[in-house]
Amino acid sequence: MYTVSNRLKIGAIILMALGLLGIGFGFLAAPSSIEESKAMMASHDDGHGDSHGAETAHGETDAGEHAMTPAEHDEHVFHQLSNKPWAALYVAAFFFFMIALGVLAFYAIQRAAQAGWSPLLFRVMEGITSYLVPGGIIVFVILVMSVLHMNHLFVWMDAEVVAEDALLQGKAGYLNPTFFLIRAAIFLGGWIAYREYSRKLSLAQDESDDNSNFKLNFRISAAFLVFYLISESIMSWDWIMSVDPHWFSTLFGWYIFASMFVSGITVIAMVTIYLKSKGHLEEVNDSHIHDLAKFMFGISIFWTYLWFSQFMLIWYANIPEEVTYYVTRIEDYNLPFFGMVAMNFLFPVLLLMNSDYKRLNWFVVMAGVVILAGHYMDIFNAIMPATVGDQWFIGIPEIGAVLFFAGLFLFWIFRALASAPLQPKRNPFIEESRHFHY
Amino acid sequence: MASKVIQAFYNDDDVLMHAVKKVKAAKHHIEEVYCPFPVHGLDKAMGLEPTRIAITSFMYGCVGLTVAIVMMNFIMIEDWPQDIGGKPSFSYIENMPAFVPIMFELTVFFAAHLMVITFYLRSRLWPFKKAENPDVRTTDDHFLMEIEIHDNESELRDLLSGTGAVEINISEKDLH
Repeated sequence: MYTVSNRLKIGAIILMALGLLGIGFGFLAAPSSIEESKAMMASHDDGHGDSHGAETAHGETDAGEHAMTPAEHDEHVFHQLSNKPWAALYVAAFFFFMIALGVLAFYAIQRAAQAGWSPLLFRVMEGITSYLVPGGIIVFVILVMSVLHMNHLFVWMDAEVVAEDALLQGKAGYLNPTFFLIRAAIFLGGWIAYREYSRKLSLAQDESDDNSNFKLNFRISAAFLVFYLISESIMSWDWIMSVDPHWFSTLFGWYIFASMFVSGITVIAMVTIYLKSKGHLEEVNDSHIHDLAKFMFGISIFWTYLWFSQFMLIWYANIPEEVTYYVTRIEDYNLPFFGMVAMNFLFPVLLLMNSDYKRLNWFVVMAGVVILAGHYMDIFNAIMPATVGDQWFIGIPEIGAVLFFAGLFLFWIFRALASAPLQPKRNPFIEESRHFHY
Repeated sequence: MASKVIQAFYNDDDVLMHAVKKVKAAKHHIEEVYCPFPVHGLDKAMGLEPTRIAITSFMYGCVGLTVAIVMMNFIMIEDWPQDIGGKPSFSYIENMPAFVPIMFELTVFFAAHLMVITFYLRSRLWPFKKAENPDVRTTDDHFLMEIEIHDNESELRDLLSGTGAVEINISEKDLH
């Protein structure tokens, strides 16, 4: 039985404490009035002119009809600056939640496919998916706070904005706060219910003397995947795409799925390598790591394929209401936008192309760190342009939020890993998994 | 020069794998194994050198990518400048997104086709070549392990019959 080392526990708590300080600083540093915001902008004096107002996503709603007066511009910047700590919190909260959700999809696929190679890793995956509960609740609370107008991450929740916007009025049947929260509750409930039930069956299988738990787990996993594909798509429109409520992309659900899938697989590989380095999971061999690294490599390319497909069609067609999405990102987010492609595509492709490197633990971890940072940037690029515009910065609030959720994530998943034996005993495929070799 | 070889037949790939390991453990050199389908891990069990075809594949991919860039630059930018997607910039880099599918396809095309051709050349396969496998059953449902005999016929016969071979033959073979 695995017990969490004190160093890890203290490390996670320190991360959380530092993170809380960072988040708190972010909220304190945000301006509380337009005057304060003007003073902050004047002291920065970074030479950005008034021209940017029309380019940002919020600007798109207002500036369509009339040019901004200086007073309106000041108010606009004030809103962006007061959104900043919230957006930082939301991006990090969603990013770590998404890792657990990606692992859940991977786990359900292994179950539904009755994969023979992976049962040795099931407890690792179950440990990571345990974060769905706290992570999901935190994301849900942030969404409820948005609905209660404690922040302005989602412009369509603002009745005054909708009143002046024919497009948003047309979408109000779907994009309204009540239905939004009902959907979120159904999705989170479904994901968490599957996770808890499958985990229960997985543990019961170890103690049972037939395979009924295993078979039931197979059936519910196949059914869950159907639910997951639909709910994950709608979740990505709701929680991410709707921050730009005028813009839409039909492959957005797949795009976010690729991001969460590759992040999840990366974390499975990293946690497995960590546990192995501590002398646990003795039966996990190089071939298991090799397979996970192949998935990291393959899904990184899949992500790039979707990223580019989405970009190229919009770039080619050049329709104004679609292309603003990328204009904002290329003009105001040039480095993070293209930097993330380098981190999520070039880096894993070149590092993990060679078959032998996929078996070197330190190589997989190194590539994994870059992939995780790259996919954090992916979510950052999806949320920030619509919420803070060109006022973005990766500073104390952003890093603090990442540290806090990283600490919580580590604390929670290792606590769950320590609550059951790390190797399933009576999975019918455990022999195949133990002898797995490439 | 002709030499004598012993040929052991198997009708199951798992039995064959164990036989190969056993023969290697007895320090005999396996001349060749003929299979109706690729057997996973056989190359490692036989102690063959790892393939270098992946390296050639990477190089062919780079050639394909270069060909795509040069070709599209000539066709779409230099020879007959095209206004792509209503963006008349006439620059390769600014129109690059439109060329990415072609760059990708030609990379894959070159890597795949040249790799297959390399494989044929390296395996000395060409049209109308006489088949090398000593027994037609190796194209159907039998596996054949071939070991050269150096005055140890009875020893090899004993070893192979203990590995689950369904038939053992001795035959003359031209060395290549």
